Formats: sequence, structure tokens, C-alpha cells
Amino acid sequence: MEYKLTFKDYNKGLKQDKLMGLKCNDCGTVTCPPMMVCANCASTNHEIVQLSGKGKIVTFTTSYIAAEGRENETPYTIAMVELEEGPWIMGNLVSMDTKKVTMDIIGKPVQLGNRVYPGDKYSNGDMARAAFGLIG
Amino acid sequence: MRRVAVIGTGHSKFCFNSPKTQVELLSEVAIDAINEANIAPKDVQAVNVGNVLGDFEEGQGMVQSFFANDIGCFNVAASRFEGACASGSMAVRDAVMWVASGYYDIMLVGGVEKATAMGTGLATRTFAMFGDSRYEFPAGFTFPAVFALLAHLYSSKYGIPLATLKEQMAAVSVQSHEYAMNNPNAQIHKEITVQDALKSFMVSSPIQLQDACPFTDGAAAVVIASEEVAKKLSKKPVYFAGIGQASSGKLSSQSKYLPRIYARELASQQSYKMAGLTPKDMDLCELHDCFSIAAMIAAEGLGFFEYGKSGEAWQNGETRIGGKIPINISGGLKAKGHPIGATGVSQVYEVTRQLRGDMVDQGRQVEGAKNGIIDTLGGDGVLVSMILTNQ
Repeated sequence: MEYKLTFKDYNKGLKQDKLMGLKCNDCGTVTCPPMMVCANCASTNHEIVQLSGKGKIVTFTTSYIAAEGRENETPYTIAMVELEEGPWIMGNLVSMDTKKVTMDIIGKPVQLGNRVYPGDKYSNGDMARAAFGLIG
Repeated sequence: MRRVAVIGTGHSKFCFNSPKTQVELLSEVAIDAINEANIAPKDVQAVNVGNVLGDFEEGQGMVQSFFANDIGCFNVAASRFEGACASGSMAVRDAVMWVASGYYDIMLVGGVEKATAMGTGLATRTFAMFGDSRYEFPAGFTFPAVFALLAHLYSSKYGIPLATLKEQMAAVSVQSHEYAMNNPNAQIHKEITVQDALKSFMVSSPIQLQDACPFTDGAAAVVIASEEVAKKLSKKPVYFAGIGQASSGKLSSQSKYLPRIYARELASQQSYKMAGLTPKDMDLCELHDCFSIAAMIAAEGLGFFEYGKSGEAWQNGETRIGGKIPINISGGLKAKGHPIGATGVSQVYEVTRQLRGDMVDQGRQVEGAKNGIIDTLGGDGVLVSMILTNQ
């Protein structure tokens, strides 16, 4: 059985600020990032949907160290966001000076954009990630 | 299933920049374990090895076979286990099942790592391989970042002001450094204060340098045997009363439970159930404190403290010798060190020696200890739990 939504297609969508996920026809749960099965009930009876890209920050960190090859990105803020449709995804918060980020941002609404990590010799290509901006 | 015992132990000094190769590090401790078990290399029927990044550390894959050959366990089945930082524990648990089943009577389990050979940049890159490479690494995922995310979540979910939580986290590190002073194998012999921790370099907010374990070189090994064999060879066999293992997916997929690690709770429940014991029956615990907040989350997941309350427990001394549950009397990953493939085996070594009463000379014996639990977390998704007993 083939993946309904592969990494390749998810990545392609994200590069155009389109967040793609899967909606389960059996239990209604939205899965994002995509998996082979529904994250809730393990059904393969699901279909591709485009998500709103809106959510709220549930937690964050500002990193002052990075993996080899990514040192020039520091400091950067990672944000875990709960999407309107339910799932959590990991991305970056890019609309704020990292020095000003405190726990006050938890619960704040965000809208998704994207940035592309060009990849390194281990990564088998480039990868987009969610780049969030605060809204409202 | 048959009962299975630890009958021999070996442990290297944990350190930065070991001059020895991985095969040498592991072979030395394996021969110590074999000698302590009163057996010869030819008596070992199979070898399990925890080794995570040997390929990157010294260009050596498949270290288990070269190691087995080097110590005279010629041509035995040799298997390598990779579950990030829980690799050593996976190797032990698997061996326990082989011996419990009756397939083998005597096995040797080792773990080895030379993480410092990679340097901090490559080590940070390769450790990040134990998060989701497609969906989470692009955002700059590193392991300090994972536990930093969990620390802020812990503060927010349990309503603990960040400044209070930071002091609790510092107390965890202070205790580990203190106990490591009495562990000759520990990588770091330097006491720290809460203020030292709070003033240290910010790695990934709110995780500071003194919330984090170091990169480490080192090895540990144990010989395990069936009860029948153990009773013939060992005066003080220490038995596996319970074992458990569970897995989980990428960090974001664990959203229903975070900052709790559900797979840990499953793995430890398997152990407690198999042992017929509860958290109250545990006399000591070696748990996975890769970061101070990780230790707090682990102590709650293992059933020792209520959710959101373990920081106070550390501050009140409930985790010390004489407290409710002595935790990481070895110095833990924080100060003993964390050679990732060896860590689980090192935890088994520590608890075995405590249950044999061998730590008196080092001044860190948990007197009268009967049962001890170990907990190991690998990356986002391998959790291993094992309960040892001298009963």
C-alpha cells in the first residue's frame, strides 16, 4: 500500500506555504505531519486535506547552539504549535527578536509561513519547515 | 521463563578524549566482567553490544564482532543494538530474554561509545539524528532543544513559575555532582552550587550548561546467566525481577501526554508488573537524567512523585541516600557521564553493585537495598525499564 501523502509532497506544499495533512474517514482525526496511518485510530482510510496553517504556541526554546553546519542560524527559536485542526507541529518562530521571546508567547496565535533548510551531506536533500509569525 | 542473574560486572572510567579505541575500551571491561563471573571467554554463548555512533566516532561499524573476537569469544553470535541513548539497556533486556527462554545459559552484554571523538558540532548533529530527520530536524532540533521545549511546557502545564523551576532543575544537578565525587568512574569530579548552575552558559532556553550531561567516552559490561548457572558461579547473584520496553514517535506526535513520556510509563509498568512490585518497593533508582528536567520527568513517570512535584522532592533531599527514593547515587548521566551506547549497561552495573553491598568503600552504599530500578530513554522513541533484586 502506498503512502497517501509522502514527505516529498508535504515538503513541496510547505514550500508554497500550504500545510498538507490527512483527515481520517473513520474517526475524523487530522494527522500532520503525515503518517502511513491515522495517528489516532491507525486506519489507512484517510484523505489529503489542506490545513489552515493557524494555531497557537504550546512551548518554545531559543537555541544558542546548533548542529554542525547550522551554527550561523543561532540564536533561533523553535516553537511547538498546536494547529487549529488539533495536531502539534514543530517549526520556528520568525516574527520576533529571539532575545525578546519569553514564556509570555505560550498560548499566542500564529500563522504559518516557511523557510527551507538546504540540507547537508546526511539529509538526502532540502527540507522546508514551518516558520511561524505571531498574529492578532 | 527462567530467572536470570547478573554474575559479573565491569566499568571503565568515564572521560573526555579517551586514548583507547572502542574495541579496547569494551574489551577491558568485558574481561573484568568475565573474571568476576568466574568464567572464561569460551563459556560465553552470545554477545550483545550497545553502540550508537561508532561509525561516526572512529569509522567503525559492526564493532560487536571485532570486540567478541578480541576477547576470545570466537565466532559467537554477536549483535549490535541501536536505540540512541537506550542502546545499552536494549542490549541487556534482549539478552535477559534469550537466557530466560533457555536458548542460552551465559551471555555477555557490553556498551561502548567515544562521543567526544566527534567534537561538539558533529556530536550535536549526530545526536539530532535520534529525532525525526524529515519533520523536526529542519526546525533546528537538537536534544537540548527537546528538553528545553519540555521544560517550558512543564512550567506552563503544572503552573510552576520558570524561576522556581530553574532552581529545582539546578538542585537536581547539584545532587548529581555531589554523589559523583564518590564515584571513581565518574567523568566529572567537581561540586557545583545552585548559583553556579544558574550562571552557566545558556544552551537552549531554559536549559543551561549545568542542566546538561556531557559528551562522554566509556564502556561497561555485564555477564548474565540463568539462575542455575548463577548459583554455581556467584556468591551474590543479582536477579532481573522485571523488564520492560516501549517506543514512541516524533516529539510532536506525543502531544497528548507531554511533558509526560507515555512510553516510559508503559515500559516501567511492564517491569513493575513482571516483578510483582510497586514504586514503593524500590530502594534505589538510576534514571535517565540527560538533562535536569529529564530527571524530574522520569522520576514522576516511574511513579515516585506526583506530576509537577519532583523538583520539590530533589530540593527536600527525598532523592538522596536516606530519602524516599535514592536517585542517581552514581552521579547520574550529568556527572558520572553519558557514553550513550554504554549508559544502560553502566546503570545495570551500578544497581547490581548497590544490591551486592559493594559501594560501602566508596561511601555511597544504600544500606539494606533489596530492589533497584533503572530507566533509560533513547532519543524520542525508545524507553527501557529494568528492576533488579537481590532477593
